Amino acid sequence: MSDGFWIVLIGALVAGSCALVGCFLVLRRQALMGDAISHAVLPGIVIAFLITHSRNTLPMLIGAGALGLFTAFLTSALERHGRLQADASLGVTFTWLFALGVILVSAFTGHVDLDAECVLYGEIEYAPLYRAFWGEIDLGPRAFWVLLGVTLANVLFVTLGYKQLKLCAFDPGLAAAVGINAALWHYLLMAFVSITTVGAFESVGAILVVALLIVPPNTAYLLTDRLWAMLTLSVILGALSSAGGYLLASALDSSTSAAIAVVSGMLFILAALFSPAHGAVPRYLRRRRLLASAEALAD
Amino acid sequence: MNDTTESLTMAAGALPPWLSFFTLPSINVRLVLAGCILLGLCAGVLGCFTFLRKRALLGDALSHAALPGVCTAFLLTGTKDPLIILAGAAVSCWLGAISVDLITRYTRCKEDSALGMVLSVYFAVGIMLLTSIQHSGNAAQSGLDKFLLGKAPSMLDRDVWTLSILSVIILGAVTLAYKEFKIISFDPGFALTVGLPVRLLEIVLATLIVMAVVVGIQAVGVVLMSAMLVTPAAAARYWTDRLGIMAILAGLFGALSGAAGAYISYLGPGMPTGPWMVIAVTSLFAISLLFAPLRGFVPRFNRVRRTRKKTAQENILRTLYVLGEKEDRLDAPCSETELLKYRPMRAGAFHATLAQLVRRGLITESPAGCFALTTQGAEKGAQLTRLHRLWELYLATKLDLAPDHVHDDAEEIEHIITPELEARLTAALANPGEDPHARRIPESHAAAQMGGQS
Repeated sequence: MSDGFWIVLIGALVAGSCALVGCFLVLRRQALMGDAISHAVLPGIVIAFLITHSRNTLPMLIGAGALGLFTAFLTSALERHGRLQADASLGVTFTWLFALGVILVSAFTGHVDLDAECVLYGEIEYAPLYRAFWGEIDLGPRAFWVLLGVTLANVLFVTLGYKQLKLCAFDPGLAAAVGINAALWHYLLMAFVSITTVGAFESVGAILVVALLIVPPNTAYLLTDRLWAMLTLSVILGALSSAGGYLLASALDSSTSAAIAVVSGMLFILAALFSPAHGAVPRYLRRRRLLASAEALAD
Repeated sequence: MNDTTESLTMAAGALPPWLSFFTLPSINVRLVLAGCILLGLCAGVLGCFTFLRKRALLGDALSHAALPGVCTAFLLTGTKDPLIILAGAAVSCWLGAISVDLITRYTRCKEDSALGMVLSVYFAVGIMLLTSIQHSGNAAQSGLDKFLLGKAPSMLDRDVWTLSILSVIILGAVTLAYKEFKIISFDPGFALTVGLPVRLLEIVLATLIVMAVVVGIQAVGVVLMSAMLVTPAAAARYWTDRLGIMAILAGLFGALSGAAGAYISYLGPGMPTGPWMVIAVTSLFAISLLFAPLRGFVPRFNRVRRTRKKTAQENILRTLYVLGEKEDRLDAPCSETELLKYRPMRAGAFHATLAQLVRRGLITESPAGCFALTTQGAEKGAQLTRLHRLWELYLATKLDLAPDHVHDDAEEIEHIITPELEARLTAALANPGEDPHARRIPESHAAAQMGGQS
């Protein structure tokens, strides 16, 4: 199978897993969580590297995942006990952790072969090069299996917790009243966001993860008012962006990850303009028709 | 960097590095210090306004949105002249700000989504352009990708001059339009009704932020620039409820951490200035979060604890007073078991409270382990009972509550009624003698004293 096929497939898996948790982030107004987590994991990765002295994936994933959860935890703590508004809590937390990570990198820069860029700017083009093996048999790109696992975990999480997640997103008060542990579901969601972010950006780069977490869900949000439709649509839109981004990148000879993010942005602009329910153009036309009929009545 | 610092240290008369910094031994040190302080100052002041508008991460989004401008400027002119690159960055930052505004205004997407989408899509466009340029094999492009990473230690004369001019513009604009910015930060609706050009002011504010961001990312990098726009304002918020003081404090915090960043990177060659600035400002934030007298965690916690302690003491005084009243003898001794029967409390808190009251001379403990009010304690108990019964009577007569429903409310409010409120209650109830349960309301302590004097 060609590299192009694998790139589009891996992109679609990233899009799918990001869209599933991203919808809830968007609805809960925590859209910048992905951006925050993808920066805040830096110290975790450096520490994992310093402990194991290897660029092995598993310890780095664990270190990053731990820092991702810590970010979510610290943000909530600042908000609840420090009485700081949500956006500032997030801003203070992740910039601090990122600064710490950069300092660690430069303090140990003599001893380690690691820099901030290689963590944040992974490239999807290289994903097919790292293969997974079962004994001697080539099973395909490793990123494919990692992301397949992440996607399945997210599908399972969203299906099993659909009711709770939905209620927590739309009406936290009611959720608490009917006995749903809102804090537990908040941290579960954050855990899955961390896993998704970390699992994906190692192979495709942080910027693509941040984009796919929120751009397709927001596009879907403009197209529908139902949660299940929003989830389905955002997965489809993400997959479309992946295919479109691959084509765009081949045409312009540029980064595929970035191109996928750009295509998802273009889809958002299209939806913002032409979405039947919430688009700017149909809304304008409806208003003009209404005005015309009002004038006709006045005559 | 290493070599220069060492030779500088020697030039400064063999002072140890932690001291020689303060003699500002070289032009390089002076430039970095001035640049970092100016940057921290401007970012801190401007951050207050985005903070109050709950757009604290606007700086984050805008500093990412600079990348496509950097690349486009290079593509169009083919040079890496900092001024042209800066102009390109400013234009795309500004477009980013406009996009955030358009998305929140004309779609149903929320503020945070708009910021996140602008951040990621603009940055992705930038990466696409950047990789395209790199793949084109143009040799002049090398170093373009470093533009957004920050390079405070190599700050040049010209950079600091640019920064100084921008600081004057930013601080001047904020001072001149302070009232207007204040109104649009707190109440945009009101600003519209009093006829302020809200859109224009918002654009001016966004432009000022763009200016700070564009020079800032060169010095400290994208992510750390967003920190300088959020953290000083968040820290200042803990100390005050007034915007003017908050802006001054935030500017001060920003400037201080700028100096700290410059100092640390002077001490440890190879230590990055930007991240240390952020660590410094986050430490200031942590101190504010914990200890700021107004909203800090520890003072707030102490206030709660003091109130709890006072309430517990007053509850025991009042229990002893009411028991004494029943026996017609205010200093009637009362055992611990009896007290606990009327006033259930945790054992630890109970004993601590009794000990505090004994220490304050409000009660005495007999060798048999019984407690009795002293004269002073009886006075306090009488006053509390008076407030309690006044409130009960007020609820029963003025608010028509059933007499058996008024006790619990009075139990809470007796601790916080001020002398002024007491006077008004007394007047409203025409200096009553009995509460709804037909028990005597003790004389006002103050009134009794005054009566004694006259």
